[in-house]
Amino acid sequence: MSATKAQDIGGLGHSVRRKEDARFVRGKGRYVDDVKLKGMCYLALVRSPYAHARLKGIDISAAMKVPGVLAVITGKDLEEAGLAWMPTLSHDQQMVLATGKVLFQGQEVAAVVAESRFAAADGAAAVRVDYEELPVVIDPHAALGKDAPVLREDRDEKSNHIFHWEAGDRDATDATFDASDVVVTQDMVYQRCHPAPLECCACVADWDTVNEKMTIYMTSQAPHAHRTLFALVAGLPEHKIRIISPDVGGGFGNKVPIYPGYVVSAVASLKLGRPVKWTEERSGNLQSTGFARDYHMHAELAASKDGKIRALRVKTLGDHGAFNAAAQPSKFPAGFYNICSGSYDLENAFVEVDGAYTNKAPGGIAYRCSFRVTEASYLIERTVDVLADELGMDPAELRKKNFIAPDKFPYVTPLGWTYDSGNYAGAMDRALEMVGYEDLLKEQEEKRGRGELMGIGISSFTEIVGAGPGKQCDIAGIEMFDSCEVRIHPTGKVLARIGVQTQGQGHETTFAQILAEELGIPVGDITVEHGDTDTAPYGLGTYASRSTPVAGAATAVAARKVRAKAQKIAAHLLEVDEADLEWKDYAFRVKGAPDKAKTMQDVAFAAYTNVPEGLEAGLEAVDYYDPPNMTYPFGTYICVVDIDKGTGDWKVRKFVAVDDCGTVINPMVVEGQIHGGLTEGFAISKMQLIDYDEGGNITGGNFMEYLIPTAVETPHYDTDKTVTPSPHHPIGAKGVGESPNVGSPAAFVNAVIDALSPYGVRHIDMPITSDKVWKALRDAGIQD
Amino acid sequence: MIPAAFDYHAPTSLDEALSLLAAHGDEAKVLAGGQSLIPMMRFRLAEPGVLVDLNHIEGMAGVTEEDGHLWIGALTRHAEVERSDLVRKRYPLLHEAASVIADPIVRNRGTVAGSLVHADPAGDWGAVMLACGAELEVHGPDGQRMVPIDELFVTTFMTSLSPGDIVTGIKLPIAGKRSGGAYEKLERKVGDFATVAVAARLELDDDGVCSAAGIGLTAVGATNLRAQDAEKALIGKKPDEAAIDAASRAAAEAASPTADNRGSVEYKRDMVRVLSARALRRAAAHAGGEG
Repeated sequence: MSATKAQDIGGLGHSVRRKEDARFVRGKGRYVDDVKLKGMCYLALVRSPYAHARLKGIDISAAMKVPGVLAVITGKDLEEAGLAWMPTLSHDQQMVLATGKVLFQGQEVAAVVAESRFAAADGAAAVRVDYEELPVVIDPHAALGKDAPVLREDRDEKSNHIFHWEAGDRDATDATFDASDVVVTQDMVYQRCHPAPLECCACVADWDTVNEKMTIYMTSQAPHAHRTLFALVAGLPEHKIRIISPDVGGGFGNKVPIYPGYVVSAVASLKLGRPVKWTEERSGNLQSTGFARDYHMHAELAASKDGKIRALRVKTLGDHGAFNAAAQPSKFPAGFYNICSGSYDLENAFVEVDGAYTNKAPGGIAYRCSFRVTEASYLIERTVDVLADELGMDPAELRKKNFIAPDKFPYVTPLGWTYDSGNYAGAMDRALEMVGYEDLLKEQEEKRGRGELMGIGISSFTEIVGAGPGKQCDIAGIEMFDSCEVRIHPTGKVLARIGVQTQGQGHETTFAQILAEELGIPVGDITVEHGDTDTAPYGLGTYASRSTPVAGAATAVAARKVRAKAQKIAAHLLEVDEADLEWKDYAFRVKGAPDKAKTMQDVAFAAYTNVPEGLEAGLEAVDYYDPPNMTYPFGTYICVVDIDKGTGDWKVRKFVAVDDCGTVINPMVVEGQIHGGLTEGFAISKMQLIDYDEGGNITGGNFMEYLIPTAVETPHYDTDKTVTPSPHHPIGAKGVGESPNVGSPAAFVNAVIDALSPYGVRHIDMPITSDKVWKALRDAGIQD
Repeated sequence: MIPAAFDYHAPTSLDEALSLLAAHGDEAKVLAGGQSLIPMMRFRLAEPGVLVDLNHIEGMAGVTEEDGHLWIGALTRHAEVERSDLVRKRYPLLHEAASVIADPIVRNRGTVAGSLVHADPAGDWGAVMLACGAELEVHGPDGQRMVPIDELFVTTFMTSLSPGDIVTGIKLPIAGKRSGGAYEKLERKVGDFATVAVAARLELDDDGVCSAAGIGLTAVGATNLRAQDAEKALIGKKPDEAAIDAASRAAAEAASPTADNRGSVEYKRDMVRVLSARALRRAAAHAGGEG
């Protein structure tokens, strides 16, 4: 088959232009806030100004007098309906609207429903809440102290301790540490940050009083799971709930949990018998929805004098905020944090994590992160640099000396994962070559002689994505398979529906490319739909880079099921035995006589007009794919920075990213993902922080204080790839969405620390702001 | 973020605007570019009952040199200053400051005079006008008067003007033959308020000796500050490294910053020194001094 034909098909490896962009660039996307229904009213939330306070009373009388206000809903109203609390995805419960007390600033206290957005806002401002302030706990270490007030009165356990979790062999690890030449120790905090998607959360809940059916348009990364949770929590029959997740303006894990705004909107619609729209404000999104990280980490590495890393020991305290609402597989209280042995071949490792409640917003799993892999990757890549500094070794050389060798895969880590495939040195060598490492080292040497500050930072990360094997991974008991349903119409055009839900990743294009490759049908003839629970097959949703590893696999397998039936029809059309046909160059061909062939289009028409006896009509299949293992993308990032000695400001001069995500479906989409994730990693390392003062007042709760880099600050990135397919994935793809956010913070930080290392600086916590660099220089006696 | 309800008036003459203000007193706020007022209203930090929108009054915008001074009309947008050839050629301090205010969207709407009377110590124009020795032309119930910039700022978000006053323009001394200026702004990202910024203006005589100096500071006090001791350290001297160093240290002394997410007190004070030196070096170079 000619190359032109492959180009026409637009299957794997083609930078097909994104199908969805036609509507996005023309302003024709349809987001939740674009949904306008007849009789629709609007909901506004009243939020707590206090981080911890007793609710003495709520006076709604003034709010009810505001013209246009229809109803005010409080926690007491929900209590009567049994909905004041809702379960989280981490074996905890969370207040929908506060009852008894509030536990963080920005917590939802009441909801006002009105004829217009303006009346709802005026009504919310008129709700009078009487609070009695209580002592506030912000620091998770203090939360576990003896004198700390117990925040959660609803729990049997009278402490702020949530869980203790361990992985690896503690005794064997201790023994290796005792027997090692060199031990380095580093405390580090992966700060609280927030994914801040462009679109905040929103929903329109529409209770059909005649058919008794609830339709909810919502910003959801996991519409099917949300439908089931609504059924379980609200007690509505599941076939009478329809979740529609239309175009979603970014999710990054922020739109995985169910938030009070959704639940109260549904309650309000039931109460009023009218559609109710809730559109979250930016400050509400930053102050109350799924944040990321807040991991307080203590890392130790044991090594031999010549730089063989032998063991890793990690102790970590996770700040989960007021409720443990971390959105993760139910058996993993610290997510996949035990991926923290990274790309290295260690004798032993041990990691323990405790979780604590504080008077902060709940969350913890978000921001382009496969369940704590970002914290884990940062920890190991930072600590390896600390070890390199201790040993006086080149960080690149130290890494290469300790990489898991390509012939060791599948590789079982001391913390219990089985890596599918990898070639870590291959990605690193390419990155070193691209960045011109030897020349940079020379330049750095010269600059250091002149007292100039230049740093080179490396991160050679390994990810864990594609949750996951159903027996290991479930969300609220539902195993984390995913699905695809493929239907070929008589004229050879395809409708496919998938169980995952795009938030900008480009599924309508990339999943069509998988089908194009498998079916030999041009990508333009394939429509991919998702996000409507009445039509799409059940799936667990898009987060943790799982769409391609799981639903992508289901898509390939569903297409192959279609092809198996199609082969029977092709044999019938060609009047040969099925076994005499092979699928080659996008057609069924008679072995030895490739010109005798039938395309999928030929077969499709026959499937509706001329099926062989004994075969049912139609050409469609569905697959629910339960992956046998996770996938383990990897790569090497190298960052070069220059520091302004006067102000402490640092600028990225060069950034090289070599990713290996296995088989690449659409190189342009992959590159876009990498650019976006690198920019997020840059922002986290330099400027993003959700902070709280001692009184529990959030100091990063709006865009004046929570910073999103613009094109001006964003570095230029040079990207490339190596390709090490996943051996267990039908098309060898591993997923890429999160790699750049996971891998890059360590590269940025390592570069800044490298620049400062001649002055004895070994670590600075993120975000590395100018004033922190200035202070490190001042402490070392340097002044411009 | 939806503001509380308010009444809106769009007068087409200054007299009409003044009488609206007189009629509504404290309840009324003047709307010019709205780049500070509207966000504060959306957060309900400000809930004025009446807005008097000046944007329909003709003839209140523009940047011109006339009668021996530079005139900036009250409705002149930051972007108009930024793009003015006259300003770029002869008033580099103004050009540089205008170019780094917030982002292009804010610069297209926000006004120079509006920014000044908002009296945010993190505003850029206050420091610039202090360095330039500007005067504001103000119309009030008792007619017209000139208010020197040194008498404008009272404290954060508070000026010496009365609720019934409207600023109609800003008057600056015309640039001398050998004059130079520079604005150094340190920000966490484009569009952020300054962590610290320094406005510097120098006039040199024929011998390259500093005959006049202006140094204004941003975001290091309750108002924009004028570093008078730093100015004195330069006047009568050639702007060489020693003089610049002494002036920069004096400027740092004049600062009284507070700690926040942008940095500690010590950091901000030292940034006044670092940025003052950088601004003065460039101002001197521009003026044709030693630099």
